[in-house]
Amino acid sequence: MSETLHTQKTTSYPWLAYAIKRLISGVIAIWFIATATFFGMHLIPGDPLSSEKKMSPQIRKNLEARYGLDKPLLTQYGIFLKNIAKGDFGISFTQENRRVNDIIREHFPISALLGVLALIFATLGGIFLGAFAATHKNQLSDHVIMLMVILVVSVPGFVFAALSQLGIMKINDAFNTDFPIAGFSSLSHLVVPSIVLGLGTLAYLTRLMRSSLLDIESADYIRTAKAKGLSNAQIFAKHKLRNALLPVVTVLGPAVAGITTGGFVVEMIFAIPGLGKYFVEAVQQLDYTVIMGTAVFYGGFLVLTVILVDILYGWVDPRIQVVK
Amino acid sequence: MTTKQTSAKTLEPPKMDEKEFLPYKGRTPDIIQRPSRNYWQQAFSKLKTNPSALISLLIIIALVVFTLIGDKIWTVDPYDQDLTQISSPPSFNKKALVIPDKIHYQPIIQPSKEEYTLKTTSSGMSVIGTPTTQFIAFKWQPVAGAKGYQIFRHEYLPQHIDDLGVPLGENEGGEHVSYLDALRLEPIDYFYSIIPIFDEGQSTQYSTIKLTAMDAIPLSDAVELGIIPIHQKTNYLGKFIHLPAHPLGTDYLGRDLLARLIEGAKTSLFIGVLAPLIFVFLGMLYGGISGFLGGKADEIMMRFVDFIIALPFLLFMILFKVAFGIGPGESGIFPMLMALILLSWPSVARLIRGQVLQLKEMPYIQASKLMGANVFHLTLKHMLPNVTGLLLVTLTFAIPSAIFTEAFLSFIGMGVVPPTPSWGSLCNDGIHTLLTHPHELFFPALFISVTVLAFNLLGDGLRDAFDVKMKEDQR
Repeated sequence: MSETLHTQKTTSYPWLAYAIKRLISGVIAIWFIATATFFGMHLIPGDPLSSEKKMSPQIRKNLEARYGLDKPLLTQYGIFLKNIAKGDFGISFTQENRRVNDIIREHFPISALLGVLALIFATLGGIFLGAFAATHKNQLSDHVIMLMVILVVSVPGFVFAALSQLGIMKINDAFNTDFPIAGFSSLSHLVVPSIVLGLGTLAYLTRLMRSSLLDIESADYIRTAKAKGLSNAQIFAKHKLRNALLPVVTVLGPAVAGITTGGFVVEMIFAIPGLGKYFVEAVQQLDYTVIMGTAVFYGGFLVLTVILVDILYGWVDPRIQVVK
Repeated sequence: MTTKQTSAKTLEPPKMDEKEFLPYKGRTPDIIQRPSRNYWQQAFSKLKTNPSALISLLIIIALVVFTLIGDKIWTVDPYDQDLTQISSPPSFNKKALVIPDKIHYQPIIQPSKEEYTLKTTSSGMSVIGTPTTQFIAFKWQPVAGAKGYQIFRHEYLPQHIDDLGVPLGENEGGEHVSYLDALRLEPIDYFYSIIPIFDEGQSTQYSTIKLTAMDAIPLSDAVELGIIPIHQKTNYLGKFIHLPAHPLGTDYLGRDLLARLIEGAKTSLFIGVLAPLIFVFLGMLYGGISGFLGGKADEIMMRFVDFIIALPFLLFMILFKVAFGIGPGESGIFPMLMALILLSWPSVARLIRGQVLQLKEMPYIQASKLMGANVFHLTLKHMLPNVTGLLLVTLTFAIPSAIFTEAFLSFIGMGVVPPTPSWGSLCNDGIHTLLTHPHELFFPALFISVTVLAFNLLGDGLRDAFDVKMKEDQR
């Protein structure tokens, strides 16, 4: 991020100029992602048509024509880019007559819901735990929280996912409850998966929040606030918390990326029919169009999220002007 | 960076050894002087005051020893399948009964006597022979008018007819009143239940018997495993022998978990250490050149870096891993290494470039340039020594995330190809048996966690010791 102090007004809407500039670089980034995906895909030995079923040359030729595989690579690339610009990702190879757009439309909302729940859990939990640890610095609760943070960061997410499933089963057995272990048919199915998914980000945000609060402990404006005679609670709510939250906002973009890709494993273990699960399956089956579609979609989504967070940051912290 | 350090030093005196203040030999006693210490000595003395970093360093050394000479000490073949001990929990001193290879079992056929009816107790059911982990046989009193029997197995006492456990099979004909079970038996208590079937359907009555399976090994298996000598094997029939020890248990194919963890450590640490070494080096080169050149070239080089960083990491990790392909008989380690390197060097490049840009403006570098230092001199004498701390810290943090990535990919089945073990693929194997044999997930997960924890704590310690400012970023 490149912000300098606001010295001159170039336009009357500085943030708009910044947003447009970022959007243009975002579009270039998405083009790069699409290109990398396309050529990465075509490096893979074999293609989706070389399946176990024997195919007569004529049928193969027809199929290749249908999917445009008979054209030279660069022509295919051109068509691919043109279709992406139109927002059309083509037809799946393995699920006949299913458009990739439909797959994304059906399964992304589930992933997004899972991700949003995880993000809410991680952000609120991280801010609360970090603030708690900072206000109880060097006390037992602080040490316990920081120890938990280190442990959570060191244990792979899939272990938590597996253990939580085991835990739910034991609870169901012990209390004769019927809490869902896997699958997706109601919101309650997403409670445990989103907690598991958010744990890593929670730990990271806790650490960030704590160090950010401790950093501003000796800031001038805190001393001024104390000198004015504000109560500790007032100082904490009005001055410390709001300033300490700023670094947390900046990492929300990368946090979204972390949660999105972390969702693959959680979706697989908990059998949630989200887009991540589809992507992994598509890679296993070499389903070109689904892979390219999901990769470009995810990439674009993440690029836009980061841009959005950066713009948001300029809005949250008026001291920082986004104009270059 | 360096000037910052020295200025900080004048503000708050560092902790010093008393010995350093002792009078110097051959000097006048009133001069108190401490020996000058260079950057590395300073960093190391600071690291020594950090117990968690030191313990982590010891753990890492232990892990390296475990990986390198583990298979010389624990010589069990990680690919050997011991089918007599499948998914067995950690054991050192397990005994088993030697039984004949052929199971002596004759189905019992007994016509029903009119007066007998079934009760919900074990009365009427009895065991045939000794129940062992090889097979369990039992028989029961025929039920009047029954057309057949359904046989169930459970691991605890059934409370209700709907809760009899695994349906093992069905005997047709009311006079077939015995059953032989050889389905994945383990040395635990089993509760076998039977339900008679009548013309009008299943009976509402059932009968249960509790049988405890004893560890047993067929004679020929014992000979094959080399536990008993072949020429006097019949002497051992019906006696107890010690089975091969498996200190961390075995997996679902009866392979020794400790041996597989040692073998898996080679894969995981190979990828986890080699990939960061290479991409930190590449990132250093690229970032260094970019920062050194500056201007337009720097802008273009960094724009390229920005694009690669924008790629969703794990998504492209999977994609590239598949794109590099796996030939028959290959382990899939190389594609994973390549994918990791391709996607990871840009963040190092960005870090180093920022550092070099800062260094370039330092007065001592300007002075050196003014005095006619060439590029090599500047790089080797001034730039490189000033980024080594940063590089070391980056490397230490890159290792655990590479280990994590390997584990993640192997876990979703996109990593190393079976039968090559890695800690991630061992976790993947273990998760399927989590409910019945948690040790198969627990140990590999423990190794990953301890390794990652050790590298993270050491990285924290090194960061403090070298006083490196890093922008933490998360994927």
